[in-house]
Amino acid sequence: MAVWVETERASGLSRRVRSSLAYVLLVISVVPILVGYAWLLIATFSYRTEGLLPKDAEGNVGGWTLANWAFVTDPLIWRVTLNSLLIALAMVVGVGLASSLAGYALSRMNFAGRRGVLSMTLILHAFPSVTLLISIFFVLQAISALPGIGDIFGYNTVGGVALVMVSLDLPLGIWLMKGFFDNISWDMERAALIDGASRFRVWWEIIMPQIRPGLAALAVFTFLTGWSAYLIPATFTIGTKVSNLPVYINYLMSETSPTNWNQIAAVGLFQMIPILVFFFFTQEKLLNIYSGGTKGGV
Amino acid sequence: MRVELRHLSKRWGNVVGVDNISLEVKDGEFVALLGPSGCGKTTTLLMIAGIYKPTSGEILFDGRVVNHIPPKDRNIGMVFQSYALYPHMTVFENIAYPLKLQKVPKEEQRRRVQHVADMMGIGHLLDRKPGQLSGGQQQRVALGRALVKDPKLLLFDEPLSNLDARLRLTMRGEIKRRQMELGITSIYVTHDQVEAMTMADRIAVIKDGKLQAYDTPDELYERPRTLFIAGFIGNPPMNLIKNVEVVVEGERYIARNEAFCLEVPAERGKKVVGQGKVILGIRPEDISLADDGEGVRGEVYVVEPLGRDDLVNVQLPGDTFVHFLADPALRLKPGMPVTLRFNTEKAQFFDPHTERSLLWQ
Repeated sequence: MAVWVETERASGLSRRVRSSLAYVLLVISVVPILVGYAWLLIATFSYRTEGLLPKDAEGNVGGWTLANWAFVTDPLIWRVTLNSLLIALAMVVGVGLASSLAGYALSRMNFAGRRGVLSMTLILHAFPSVTLLISIFFVLQAISALPGIGDIFGYNTVGGVALVMVSLDLPLGIWLMKGFFDNISWDMERAALIDGASRFRVWWEIIMPQIRPGLAALAVFTFLTGWSAYLIPATFTIGTKVSNLPVYINYLMSETSPTNWNQIAAVGLFQMIPILVFFFFTQEKLLNIYSGGTKGGV
Repeated sequence: MRVELRHLSKRWGNVVGVDNISLEVKDGEFVALLGPSGCGKTTTLLMIAGIYKPTSGEILFDGRVVNHIPPKDRNIGMVFQSYALYPHMTVFENIAYPLKLQKVPKEEQRRRVQHVADMMGIGHLLDRKPGQLSGGQQQRVALGRALVKDPKLLLFDEPLSNLDARLRLTMRGEIKRRQMELGITSIYVTHDQVEAMTMADRIAVIKDGKLQAYDTPDELYERPRTLFIAGFIGNPPMNLIKNVEVVVEGERYIARNEAFCLEVPAERGKKVVGQGKVILGIRPEDISLADDGEGVRGEVYVVEPLGRDDLVNVQLPGDTFVHFLADPALRLKPGMPVTLRFNTEKAQFFDPHTERSLLWQ
């Protein structure tokens, strides 16, 4: 009996040691990130920083200021924020809609060239978008020449940027959605067809609700991609009117005058705020997505 | 509704799913499609439902070809093995879905769903989601959904395979009862010959996509036309003994091999005599212990208690084994010598090459 108590205590102790060790390791590994965020926060409210310390003009500790945030009164920042939002929303809607329709067709229907489409999308996904920049430029130029559409989806328009972003993300989206559709039993679809639903209604009323978690995951990822997009907007827009937040930040780094890093930090933080709020309210659902889709009857 | 299949085939490239099946289901009849898994019975059912298009052949409902009519216009109800309920809808919404698609007024929907649900004994579960129900309850919902639109034809795709044994028995009786009450023509796919035997008016036995036999359960049991049917129908399965020769000795017909000499009734024996080596089929229940010690001698090999009976495997001289059903009170044990009496009134004979019955053509 006594021996048993001993071992129990010992194993309890070793378990505690082991779990605290895990915590220590975890804390150490996130320190660099946390310090980065701390610097970002401190920097936005000070004239300048040395390490994590805010300094004023004379080099004394202190010097808190709101000057870095003055940009919020500039109408331009709201313009580029709106552009960022438009691109991100276009991504969510465009990629979501197109890939759930294409994914459904690829998963469920047998048509000529199905295999070809599948392997082509996979190859396209492997293409780094940098290699396509020049050819996309010509495509956008061609679209610009079209009357009507050119003003919305042509070169140097928010629509054009969104269009390019959507198409570059489609291969991933289609494969992802195809995977989700593959997991849904054929019987449910057959039952709905026999119950009297049209193919479209089966897709919309029966199948789409089953893959809601997958669709939500895709929406989150595409929103974040759109929101923080830099390469495509920077390449296919001129000037700040049609640019988005990341490109705007780049404009703040002028080559002729000294860069105000603290202001850049403030804009960066400003760009992060919606994401933080979003994650704060949806973290539980997002975890659900990662831990594995639908469980029967939810 | 009368259903007729005419030379129905389904091929995917070189793979043959269903091969030239023709059969007719009378109005109000309950027909089982029976066969081992992968034999094409579900494919046949899905063609009748309109989910698959036949490669060739015709499907007729009441004499009208329906090959090109989509599933929704065929007025059928179907129950699936996986239940195929819509997990995001409540039980009510599930059963009401076919009515909603027919644009039946809300009030009538409510009334009809309630009626069907009460009939299936799930009237109190209408607000639940399928995930909150047991397997048996889910199957009742699926059946309710199939019945709610008053279909002219009911299709079942192994509906009881996912239920536990006890529930399967209950649901078996219940489905049969509902079908009789409602008089709806039904086609029932199963690999379980007991299910087919107990529920169906007629059974279509399918193997490798081909129709082997289409007859009443009694006929299939008493007069199996092929070796496959003989071995497939009946539980425990029929004993099939190879290398048996039937000869005439005076007035008597004798079936013999190295293990035994059995007298066979003349009307059976004369069809087999002179056919060379044939296969003798005899069901375990037609073999009994001989009390007087005269009969076929052998040694108990394995005893499998089934509860009411013991299924006993007996080794006969040579390498022949036969199963028979014995009273557990006899307490037979492996190694015990036994003498068996074969009821040759029920003996079947098959040609070993064509695998067809020599008695029934």
